[in-house]
Amino acid sequence: MSKILEVRELNAWFGATKAVKGIDLSFEGNTVTAIIGPSGCGKSTFIRCLNRLHEEVPDASAEGHVLLNGDDIYGKDIDPVAIRRKIGMVFQKPNPFPSLSVFDNVAIGLRLAGLRRGAMLKEIVEKSLHLSALWDEVKDKLNAPGTSLSGGQQQRLCIARALAVEPSVLLMDEPTSALDPISTAKIEELVTELKKTVTIVIVTHNMQQAARISDSTAFFLLGDMVEYGETSKIFTAPKDARTERYITGRFG
Amino acid sequence: MERHFDASLRELKEQLVSMAGLVELAIEAATEALQKRDREKIALVHDIERRVNAAHIAVDNSCVKLLALQQPLAADLRLIVATIKINTDLERMGDQAVNIAHNTERYIQGEPLKPLIDLPRMFDEVRVMVRETLDSFVRTDAALAREVLRRDDIVDGLKNKIFRDVLDHVKARPEHIEQGLNLILVARNLERIGDHATNIAEDVIFAITGEDIRHSARVETIKGALT
Repeated sequence: MSKILEVRELNAWFGATKAVKGIDLSFEGNTVTAIIGPSGCGKSTFIRCLNRLHEEVPDASAEGHVLLNGDDIYGKDIDPVAIRRKIGMVFQKPNPFPSLSVFDNVAIGLRLAGLRRGAMLKEIVEKSLHLSALWDEVKDKLNAPGTSLSGGQQQRLCIARALAVEPSVLLMDEPTSALDPISTAKIEELVTELKKTVTIVIVTHNMQQAARISDSTAFFLLGDMVEYGETSKIFTAPKDARTERYITGRFG
Repeated sequence: MERHFDASLRELKEQLVSMAGLVELAIEAATEALQKRDREKIALVHDIERRVNAAHIAVDNSCVKLLALQQPLAADLRLIVATIKINTDLERMGDQAVNIAHNTERYIQGEPLKPLIDLPRMFDEVRVMVRETLDSFVRTDAALAREVLRRDDIVDGLKNKIFRDVLDHVKARPEHIEQGLNLILVARNLERIGDHATNIAEDVIFAITGEDIRHSARVETIKGALT
């Protein structure tokens, strides 16, 4: 397996506060990596640095290298918007565009990228909705507002939107924390399916979720990466006592 | 931070330790039955075994409940998985104590074959193994569990010696073959108890360290401990 995304010496700040401290981490292609850690450990900030979203926060900054297929996304003259097409993101709360239909919510990224041809647009939207396991549920209401769907469907719509521009990497920041168990199970199934086509990095507070769907797990604490390894090892016999305490709920 | 789950795990350990105490009693009663030719002790072994069987089911139920309700991870998960396996080994040790009682019952119907020298030694070694295994579990002492693994070789050696001695005896005195067979079976039952203690020691090491030393991995560990 090849490294698709390589993080070297990554640091991130909110003003003077350092939230991510010198992280080195590589992501293999077609794998799911879970990032776990207590609130405020820097895990969300870390993944938001992976597609240069962190710098959009006022007073926030990042330093270091993130290589996507060998090219540094923090290099000179790199357009962050173009990076975000290659490294998509799904957030905690589903956020479809309220004024757009189901179809247009998926098509928007393609349209912004300049795709105008109706047939091709239709084809990609349908493919993305299939990939996000939503097609059967929305094929008869493509013109309905995206926000008319259930919470779980809206989240899969957001996944379809991210997939439409064919990213190499999909970042997911607690994508099921606002969903019921059935919608959560669907997203988890989806993640396992999607890794055939895209590399996934998922932040989650749900230990069982990380254990179920990820190949590798990284444990973050106070901005440091304490431990990284095969998920089955991390959840059965972690090496670091702090990881052990966290995943067994003894922290604090 | 003490969790409610910790109290449940403590209760589970206590359940297992009290079951192990019963198994120890059964082995001790079986020992005395043979050495003192005591039929009352044979009855006691059967009585204890019934209680061991009830404990076996109770411990399994507790483990299933904790797995379902707590979804344990890491050391918690290893402890419960190890407990399920230890539970099975303890129950089988209880069965072996019953087998000793059966073989003793047949043996004491006849005349003693010869003074028992190595069998009492084997009983003692096995009892120490069982005791140390339980201590290692209660005290979460992986080093002590490794000691048990070494002791199993002594038990195996004694069993082989008893087999050879009894075989030599019955070759010379074929009319003693039935009595000889009873002693060989007791030695075999004791060796099996030692094997179960070894399994438990391996599970204790897994629960404490996460290291799986069964089968070939164990040979390396023992080599390491000897050097």
